[in-house]
Amino acid sequence: MSPAQLSALEGGRGGTVRHHILSVLVENKAGVLARVAGLFSRRGFNIYSLAVAPTDENEHFSRITIVVDVESAPLEQVIMQLDKLVNVVSIGELSPSEAVERELLLVTVDVGPTERSQVIQLVGVFGGEVVSVGADRLTVMLAGPPEKIDDFEGLLEHYTVVELQRTGRVALPKLDRH
Amino acid sequence: MQLTGAQALIKSLEMQGVEVMFGLPGGAILPVYDPIIDSSIRHILVRHEQGAGHMAEGYAMVTGKPGVAMVTSGPGATNIVTPLANAYMDSTPLIVVSGQVATGSIGTDAFQECDITGVTMGITKHNWLIKDVDEIPRVVAAAFHVATTGRPGPVLIDFPKDIANASMEWYWPTSVDDLDLPGYHPLTDGDPVLVRQAAELIRSAQRPVLYVGGGVLKARAAEALRALAERTGIPVVTTLMARGAFPDSHPQCLGMPGMHGHYTAVTAMQRSDLLISLGARFDDRVTGKISAFAPDAKVIHVDIDPAELGKVRAADVGIAGDCRMVISELLSAMDAAGDSAPVTPDLAPWWAQLHQWQEQFPLYYDHSEGGAIKPQMVVEQLRDAAPADAIVVAGVGQHQMWASQYWNFDYPYTWVNSGGAGTMGFAVPASIGAKVGRPDRTVWAIDGDGCFQMTAQELVTATAEQIPVKIAILNNAYLGMVRQWQEMFYAERYSEVYLSPDLPDYVMWAEAMGCVGIRAESPEDVGPAIEKANSIDDRPVVVDFRTDAFEKVFPMVAAGQSNDDIVVHPDQTAPAR
Repeated sequence: MSPAQLSALEGGRGGTVRHHILSVLVENKAGVLARVAGLFSRRGFNIYSLAVAPTDENEHFSRITIVVDVESAPLEQVIMQLDKLVNVVSIGELSPSEAVERELLLVTVDVGPTERSQVIQLVGVFGGEVVSVGADRLTVMLAGPPEKIDDFEGLLEHYTVVELQRTGRVALPKLDRH
Repeated sequence: MQLTGAQALIKSLEMQGVEVMFGLPGGAILPVYDPIIDSSIRHILVRHEQGAGHMAEGYAMVTGKPGVAMVTSGPGATNIVTPLANAYMDSTPLIVVSGQVATGSIGTDAFQECDITGVTMGITKHNWLIKDVDEIPRVVAAAFHVATTGRPGPVLIDFPKDIANASMEWYWPTSVDDLDLPGYHPLTDGDPVLVRQAAELIRSAQRPVLYVGGGVLKARAAEALRALAERTGIPVVTTLMARGAFPDSHPQCLGMPGMHGHYTAVTAMQRSDLLISLGARFDDRVTGKISAFAPDAKVIHVDIDPAELGKVRAADVGIAGDCRMVISELLSAMDAAGDSAPVTPDLAPWWAQLHQWQEQFPLYYDHSEGGAIKPQMVVEQLRDAAPADAIVVAGVGQHQMWASQYWNFDYPYTWVNSGGAGTMGFAVPASIGAKVGRPDRTVWAIDGDGCFQMTAQELVTATAEQIPVKIAILNNAYLGMVRQWQEMFYAERYSEVYLSPDLPDYVMWAEAMGCVGIRAESPEDVGPAIEKANSIDDRPVVVDFRTDAFEKVFPMVAAGQSNDDIVVHPDQTAPAR
């Protein structure tokens, strides 16, 4: 892979940090995640986010979607070193224009009587869902492109966020229409 | 055929052609030691597991076959971590089998339990924890395949005690496809388009240098390299890991590059307009300050590990492939392109410059001073009294640099040392492994007194197993390389580097271990001591050479400095800047 092919995208949260997505197919064996994570730490590569789950029926393989901070190391070197791990079967490198990316957010917000309807309205605008309701709190779920999640998270700054959890992004290549 | 896991493991090693293994038993690996009694494999009982690992490395480095070591769980396994790290840095094929507590006890902090696959993840090419007795033949075959193909390296198989005692129906995988390695595809051939581009660059270079690393030896490409060098007339430098890959006595050989390299080798690279890197990795000890390294050079980088291409220095042409295959492709490309046209332009001006440097800045030490034995002189006399194909093994430090500088390496696989990791204590056990692999050869370990004290106990192994290695201790009573840095860069403030010349008494220690001990205290003693050592071939020999403690290794490029700032011996006229 030539450096020219390796375009970088403007990251989600943080904006100016350069990120890239690697879609890594690995053997679904004990310790594989430790091998991948260990490689990143000992080579001084930074992981921005990481998501992992089995990818086929027989659970022989898993897909790890890693968002790499390419400021920390040249993407090419990250890919080449990853490829040397015996349990890594293949590595797809997804540039943002060629990928569909999704992320999921769960957030619990303190809501007084006036804020409750505002938050519910905001969730509606973003196409999210209220998944748990307490006396003075709401837990909300939103799935979508990372930028949309960023946007939503930004708007929540006006409220008191009790807990917030993002999954990190997963991605697959966009389909060809031709 | 029903076998126990232990029997299946030993049979798998036999199927892989293992003739010798180095190890030390203990609780968790105990079941595996029973079938060893009935096996064709020679087991060499070491005195410390680190010794087993370095012996297996020494064996591998001189034979080209993978070295095999076996240890028990917990401390047995952690004691072999250093050899694994060493083999990983120097790409040596090494297979370590470690015992492990029973699968049901894993994770409970059982007696002598250690997560050794976790510990060694970053210093093995791959490792396996066997959890099912039926996996044994497949995992052993996969381990040998991974260790010996592509860029070679160490692997570890962690073997729980209950798996050793379980029973399985024997089988043997017949093809690579049976090994369940869907993510492992080592490269061999280079891309022909890139090979043609490389040939083009070579054709137009004025000041080319063949920068030869250990990968050439791993690829068994010494002959191919010689053909390429002679065909093109390009000068050759051989890194610390590649000494012997090209004959030192060949007129095109400039010697070793790097921090303590030959002046001409270092400076040729600095002034080069084309570095042809074959199986080398632009190590910091070779490049010095990377931003100032070979500033005018284009780079052709050939390496079997694609991750090496561009890791340190960007390559103009980066070819992922086996050095032997790529060199032969390169020669074919030159044949195809080339009617009668010379492969390289006239290199006469370049050679004139190189010869001038060689004449002006040869290796140099002061032969005359006082009555102390010069360590360089010991290496020269050892060299002159040894057969040309003798194997030389070194530890790490000043003695290692003098051995590399002053020995004459004319054959591949005659130099064994710890390069990337810089493991003190490597020489004694590695020399034993080398002698086991090549019993027909004279094996000299050139060691330092600091190194010797780290692993000397393995000479008990050598005596017991009748492995007649020869150990030359360049005993300067100091941790010499550190002393040299403290003298040069810490205003002669010597901190924790003095060891004493006679504590321990090396001759008595050698004798206690069943070796012949010899001492040389003045320059006149050196010749007779070597002669006596060479006359003994039924026992290990240790010669305690009391050398000049003030001798320093030159040339030298200080850490982090540009190779342009190479310092020659103070008696030599400093090069013009």
